[in-house]
Amino acid sequence: MAFYVVQFLTGLASAASLFLVASGLSIIFGVTRIVNFAHGAFYMLGAYLAFTLTERLEGALGFWGGIVAAALVVAVVGVLVEMVLLRRIYHSPELFQLLATFGLTLMVQDIVVLIWGPSDLLGRRAPGFKGAVDFFGQSVPSYDLFLIVLGPVVLGVLWLLFQRTRWGILVRAATQDRDMVAALGVNQKWLFTSVFAVGVFLAALGGALQIPRDAVHHAMDLRIIVEVFVVVVIGGLGSIIGAFVAAVLVSELNAFGILIFPKISIILVFLVMAVVLIVRPWGLFGKPEAPARRTPGLTVNPWRPWTSNERLAAVAALIVAAGLPFFGGNYALTVGSEIAIFVIFAVSLHFLMSVGGLASFGHAAYFGLGAYGVAFLAKLAGLPMIACLLLGPLLGLVGAAVFGFFAVQLSGVYFAMLTLAFAQIVWSIAFQWVAVTGGDNGILGVWPEKWAASPSHFYWLSLGIAALAVLILRIIVFSPFGFALRATRDSPLRSEAIGINGKRIQWTAFVIAGTVAGLAGALFAYLKGSVFPDNMGISLSVDALVMVLLGGVETVFGGVVGAIVYKALNIWLVSQTDWSKLVLGAFIVLIVVAFPKGIVGTLESILNRRRKSSSSNSPLLTSRIETAE
Amino acid sequence: MSMVPTLLSVEGLTKSYGGVHAVRGVSFELRAGEILALIGPNGAGKSTCFDMLNGQNTPDSGRVTILGEDTSGKKPRAIWRLGVGRTFQITATFPTMTVRENVQVALVSHRHQLFNLWSSTPGFARDESGRLLDLVGMGAYAERPCGELAYGDLKRLELAVALANQPKLLLMDEPTAGMAPRERIELMRLTATIAREQSIGVLFTEHDMDVVFEHADRILVLNRGALIAEGSPEEVRGNAQVRAIYLGEGLVYDARHREGAH
Repeated sequence: MAFYVVQFLTGLASAASLFLVASGLSIIFGVTRIVNFAHGAFYMLGAYLAFTLTERLEGALGFWGGIVAAALVVAVVGVLVEMVLLRRIYHSPELFQLLATFGLTLMVQDIVVLIWGPSDLLGRRAPGFKGAVDFFGQSVPSYDLFLIVLGPVVLGVLWLLFQRTRWGILVRAATQDRDMVAALGVNQKWLFTSVFAVGVFLAALGGALQIPRDAVHHAMDLRIIVEVFVVVVIGGLGSIIGAFVAAVLVSELNAFGILIFPKISIILVFLVMAVVLIVRPWGLFGKPEAPARRTPGLTVNPWRPWTSNERLAAVAALIVAAGLPFFGGNYALTVGSEIAIFVIFAVSLHFLMSVGGLASFGHAAYFGLGAYGVAFLAKLAGLPMIACLLLGPLLGLVGAAVFGFFAVQLSGVYFAMLTLAFAQIVWSIAFQWVAVTGGDNGILGVWPEKWAASPSHFYWLSLGIAALAVLILRIIVFSPFGFALRATRDSPLRSEAIGINGKRIQWTAFVIAGTVAGLAGALFAYLKGSVFPDNMGISLSVDALVMVLLGGVETVFGGVVGAIVYKALNIWLVSQTDWSKLVLGAFIVLIVVAFPKGIVGTLESILNRRRKSSSSNSPLLTSRIETAE
Repeated sequence: MSMVPTLLSVEGLTKSYGGVHAVRGVSFELRAGEILALIGPNGAGKSTCFDMLNGQNTPDSGRVTILGEDTSGKKPRAIWRLGVGRTFQITATFPTMTVRENVQVALVSHRHQLFNLWSSTPGFARDESGRLLDLVGMGAYAERPCGELAYGDLKRLELAVALANQPKLLLMDEPTAGMAPRERIELMRLTATIAREQSIGVLFTEHDMDVVFEHADRILVLNRGALIAEGSPEEVRGNAQVRAIYLGEGLVYDARHREGAH
């Protein structure tokens, strides 16, 4: 019995840090509508800075002072980030801020290694809380007890801050309706900045307080950000109490899951999240999201099919690409194959995001399922390569059909989070079901057959399939189905009123996107000769998002260009510098600020402007009106 | 008159929210080719009533029958399939498509091609979409991005989209709200002409009494959730109760407002 109580207390202690970070994320999202991916990075910075400060400063005062000072310094960094970077992109398309904060995360990952080195750092233990308390024969670290008390105290302070101060009232008002708050004459700029500062302070404090419990290392940002997303979604975005309850729930699930269901402990949390999202899509303590307002004066150029010149250009580009084996070496061909595969992956997500308006945060699940599908068929069933390539992606199709059915019931951020949860479930199965998937060791020896084995042949195969996938998706975009999908994205109200079953349309799109992603995964398995759980991991899902956003969401062709640029740059940087993440992150941030429409989107608007100025004799007759609200 | 089929019949429609009886036992019928106006002061229950007809809201009790089918509890998309077109108080269109594409999507749905992955939509039903746009006077704007249209034009586009269904019944929620006075008269004149030519039944809610009295064949007056009068424009105009509600209470509210302001 005492053992379970101790396990419970350990869970509560872990909940404290999680709560601090999650409440920060929740507050920032509530007011600015930014899903701050860099929140994990601020958490990590807080931990590293606290490590240094507590080492340098003597005594108890030095320790606690160091913790708070570290959080304050990171908060100042956060303010700078908000003022220099985020302020420029509040009006960018949705999710673009996510891309920027992801770029920051990449940079911070390299920066901490540059400053503190790659090895784990063990921090000082907290003065006054060094020992353990005996509890019916089991010992509980007294620092854990301190954290258990700290959680509710912080919750109380935040509650007072939000209920009793003018600032808190403004924040709550802005969480409900920030346009209204702006209309009432509140200076939004400083409200946003201060909210961001408070959120970052909480994240850094959460990180700093971890140092007596855990080693500080340079991968702690990604680990916490996923957990924090889960907490915030279960609790309800924008709700502090929700964040607290969910942090406790998640920490206890972790603490007991490992005892009761050791085989599926990782899945458990995500399973709970998926169930919560399906039953209460806005989280336990959240409120249903008000329908988003369109930015006034936003006009999008309608898509049009290619002119014959553009078609020729595309064919010419394909022919040039097909010539690579005649002047490139084996390395170039392998890189070329990988890029082609990621073009397939990116266009599948791009189809879902741009045409369907559904931003999946877990698209790698279907990529990975396709890869595992091939591995199973090739290794266990011993099927020939062609059969594997055709049938392997079907595993992606099945996964997309099952998860997509639930995911399309939600929209916006909640859709993104549910897809993330599903992807984590799939990843956990691959990771923990060692008997079938080989767990972390993966499945090795998935090599292409002779006819496709040489780098040039495999390159042509990948390129051919990529071209076919792009062509087919393009046809679908301009098909009646593609229009029905865009109609559902543009106006659910109107599309329902003209007889469109939006959920079923979106579900179909999800299955199509999942199958195409599975095809990319199938090829990828043959390219690498192996499959690993990482083939369906979060970083791969994020890669896909970055490719799409980089290319430009509101374009037909963005996915292709985004994939080529991002992947080529990524591979090149890794080969050129040890600090590839720093450079890549900086590049992403730069792109976001300089080209908020993505690469293709920016090119298109330049072309459009030229076209308009060359035919500027006909002045615009209609006055632009704000889109009906 | 009895030869003309009943398109819409509403019997004892009731809906309450908590203690508020938004709609209480409303019954009426609408025949083919008839233009019926639903009027009443703010908060009378027009929108609630309307939403129960088009499937966005389910009644607590009562029955809605459209073209012989009980539609209570059916989704808007099922009601469209019965041959009902509708327009919204605040226009709902597809802003990232061209004007023509807006109509084409409705035609795609009407012809059951929604899951067609292969054909090319830009060439889909060009003649029909052009004809519908010409009908509402939007032919010249066909290739314009819908997001650039002025509000009055959006209203006309919505009418074309509603007509793509070859509807027997048109449900129009405040069709002229937000339009300039001259546009209002023109839009309703256009609607009335099309409805009479194609024998379409029209039910509309409206605040502008000029529009109502000029175009409606029959008028229903709703107050506090219940029908208080029904009849031709002349009959309704002469009804003492209607006058009391529109003029009397309006003045009372006005006076209260003024007192509150000081």
